[in-house]
Parts: sequence; C-alpha cells; structure tokens
Amino acid sequence: MHNFIDAFQFIGRNGELPGQPHFTTLSYYALGTLKIALIAMIISLVIALPIGVWLGHIHRGSFVAINLGNIGRALPSLAVLAIGVAFLGIGLKNVLLALVVLAVPPIITNAYVGLDQVDPDLVDAARGMGMTGWQILWRVELPLSIPLVMAGVRTAALFVISTTTISALTGYSDSLGEIINDEASYHLSGVLGAAICIAAIAIVVELLLAAAQRLMTPAALRRQGLGTDEELFLTLGVDRVGVI
Amino acid sequence: MSLPFAAGGPVIPSFGSPHTFACERANRVFCWGWFKQNWAGTLWPALRQHVALTLIAVVIGFTISMALALIAHRYRRAEQPLIWFTSFLYTIPSLALFELLVPVPGLGLSLTTAEVALVAYTLLILFRNILTGLRNVPEEVRDAARGMGMSRRQMLLRVELPLALPAIIAGLRIATVSTIALATIAALIVNQGLGVPILSAINNSTGPFKTELIAAGALAVLLAIAADGLLVGAQRLLTPWVRARAA
Repeated sequence: MHNFIDAFQFIGRNGELPGQPHFTTLSYYALGTLKIALIAMIISLVIALPIGVWLGHIHRGSFVAINLGNIGRALPSLAVLAIGVAFLGIGLKNVLLALVVLAVPPIITNAYVGLDQVDPDLVDAARGMGMTGWQILWRVELPLSIPLVMAGVRTAALFVISTTTISALTGYSDSLGEIINDEASYHLSGVLGAAICIAAIAIVVELLLAAAQRLMTPAALRRQGLGTDEELFLTLGVDRVGVI
Repeated sequence: MSLPFAAGGPVIPSFGSPHTFACERANRVFCWGWFKQNWAGTLWPALRQHVALTLIAVVIGFTISMALALIAHRYRRAEQPLIWFTSFLYTIPSLALFELLVPVPGLGLSLTTAEVALVAYTLLILFRNILTGLRNVPEEVRDAARGMGMSRRQMLLRVELPLALPAIIAGLRIATVSTIALATIAALIVNQGLGVPILSAINNSTGPFKTELIAAGALAVLLAIAADGLLVGAQRLLTPWVRARAA
C-alpha cells in the first residue's frame, strides 16, 4: 500500500528525482504521449474515415472491411512497433507508422458497418425527395451512423494511447512508457506514478470522446437513446456484434 | 528457460543469440537456419506458454462474464453498473494495468498478475456479447417456452442460451484474438509467452534481431488466425440450425 502513496507523491512532485534535477519530468512525458497519440490519430482518421465511409456508402467491400478489422485486432502491438523499429530505425516517423497501422483497421470497419446499416428505406425516401448521392451521404447517412463511427474512433484512440506507451519499450523515448522502462532510475514509486498517469489520461480521453459523441449524435437519435454506445450495442443485434 | 530476475522490479530478460549463420550475422530479414535451430529451444516453448496464457485468461474471463451477464439478464438494474465497471477496466492501457497490479499484495511478478490483467480485458467484450445474445432472443420464443410450462432455469438452459450461441461465440472470437495480441506484453511481468523472444530481440546488443522478431510476431498472428478459425468451426458445429435456416 505504501507503494501507491509513494506513487502519488511522485506524481505530486512532477516526477523530479531528489538530487537529480536534470531528469525529464512527468509533465514532459505526459505531453509527449499526448502529442504522439494526437498526431497518430489525425493521420489515421484522414486515411481511414474516407475509405470506410465510402465503402459503406456504396455497400461494397464488406469482406475487406470486416476482415481488416479482424486482422487489425490480431496484430500484437509490441510486434508491430518492434518490426517498425527494426526495419526503419528509431524515430518519431516510425512509431507513427506503427501506430497508424494499428489504428486504421477499427476505424475502417466501424465506419463501414455504421454506413452499411443505415435503413435503406430512409435512403430511398431521401432519393425520392430529390437528393443527390452526395447530399444523401452528408445529410442522411453520416448523421445516422455517428454512433458506430464514433465507437470505432474511440476504440482506435484507446489503442493508440496504449501503444504509444509501449513504444518506449522499443527505444523511442518520448512517452510515459519511458518511466516504466527505466525502473532503475525512477524506482517502483515512479513506475506506479507513471502507470496511474497513463490510466488517468486514457480515462479522460475516453470521457471526452464519449461527450463528443453525445454532442454529435443528432437530437432525434439521442431521444431514442442511441447517444451512448451501450444502448446502441444492445439495439443493433447479433450480426453487428463483431465491431467493438 | 530459467533466467535471473533482479530483485525489485520487472526486468527484461536478454538471451545471447548465437551468431552462427552468415545471414544471421548480416542481420538479414529472415534466416531459416536460425529459425530451425532455435525452434525447439526458444520459439516452441514460448508458443506453448502463450497458448496456456491465453487459454487460462479466456476460460476464466468467460466464466466471470457469463455469471455477470446472467445477473444482468435477470436484474436489469445491475446492467449499467456492470457495463461501467467492465468498460473502466478495458479503458486502462495494458502497460499501465500490468504495472499497477504488481505491488498489490499477493500478486507480484507472477503468472497470476498477468492472468488478472488479461482476464480484465476480456470482461467487457464477453459480457456485452453474452448479454446482447440473451437479450436478442425473440419474445415470442420466450413466451412459447413459458407456455409449455418451462421453469426459468429450463428456459435459460434449453432456449435462451442455445439461441444466444452465435453472439457468445462471436464474443469469444474477439476476446481470444485480443488476448493473444495482449499476451505478448505479459512478457514484462512473467517470463512466458511470445513476448519474451520479441523483447529479447529488441534488446539485442548488436541492434534489433530481425529474424527472431519476425518469427515471434508471425507466430502470434498465425496463432490468432488459427484460434479464430477453430472457434468459427465450433460455432458451425454447435448451431446446425443456422445453416438449415439459411438453406
């Protein structure tokens, strides 16, 4: 128990070690983690969202989209990071490459399923009202698929934060995982403090994204109770169950 | 594979890898020679331990999730807190959860710690899928069962659970594949699983050792694909009526 108290003290003094003021501080590592995760998420969203949304809109490529999700889940993050480092050397670009490879599959799969399951009657009604394909996409399909698309984004965000911390094990040292890797200097209290910080960052990001999802869900869906993905999950049924 | 652990913390073990083949010394992409030589000593035991790690975690996780899902199915008010609890466990990044469990008294740098963390990650997926499967049983079917005079327990065992099997096995597939991927990180805590060759390859003195990395990584992915295929086969065996309906 005293280990946890020491850990909170470690966090309280911002990770500075007595007698060694030049060691990098906790806030630096925390910001570094967030920076890497943010860049990786932006790149993954730019790559994956258009592909997933387009495949779902034209209702093609289900085999690719679903199996991409399965394969993405099967890739061990440590192995992908390590292979990136082994073949490309240590550096920000290589860590980002591994992170993007890991984050793209859930976004594509969930975006595809989200757009695929929009009620075809609604799309038909929109076409009957004279909307073009683009208008249907923007004004009907995308708003209705926000819960599932955001579920994919949230899964990818959690995965990216988790893998960013692991990247310190492979040698790139700008994230909170570096403290965990360097136990000799920071001792168990430091390692625990870093672990608590990582958990806190992940929970805060998850809550922020959940709030964003609730804000982005159209009011009518929110009234039906589909603002959070728990109800969504339970409403969509068995065949959609694979897209956590 | 007994290795000295330094007292007081997770230590990343390092093997010396014998540089006996020319392609290995040149650290080319993949040396079959090294692979064949080290299969029995390094990779096959790691693969066996990885399978054991995953199996224990999924079985325990499935038992706990089944119990939780049955509780939530029976008492609707328990559902939301249980979802929050399992979501909370799932949100904590893997590295953090492994490290946070180490100083808990009774755990430490042991297999139990790794298993507790791996089980925690399977709970959300399995709980949600089992609950969804149970909830999606059509009300008419339940009504007919009640009309036939089945007790609650008979209804559960003979009607609801069989109909929920596709969802349950879908959840098992996702949980197994995720656990196989996560168990590589358990090598930080305990000297078992396919994470051990990966970490030793990264911490090699002359630079990351590519053959070992690719071998261990590919084995993990192949294991995941094999497990997924096995579970799909099990689903086809256990739910013959789905195919009959489709025919």
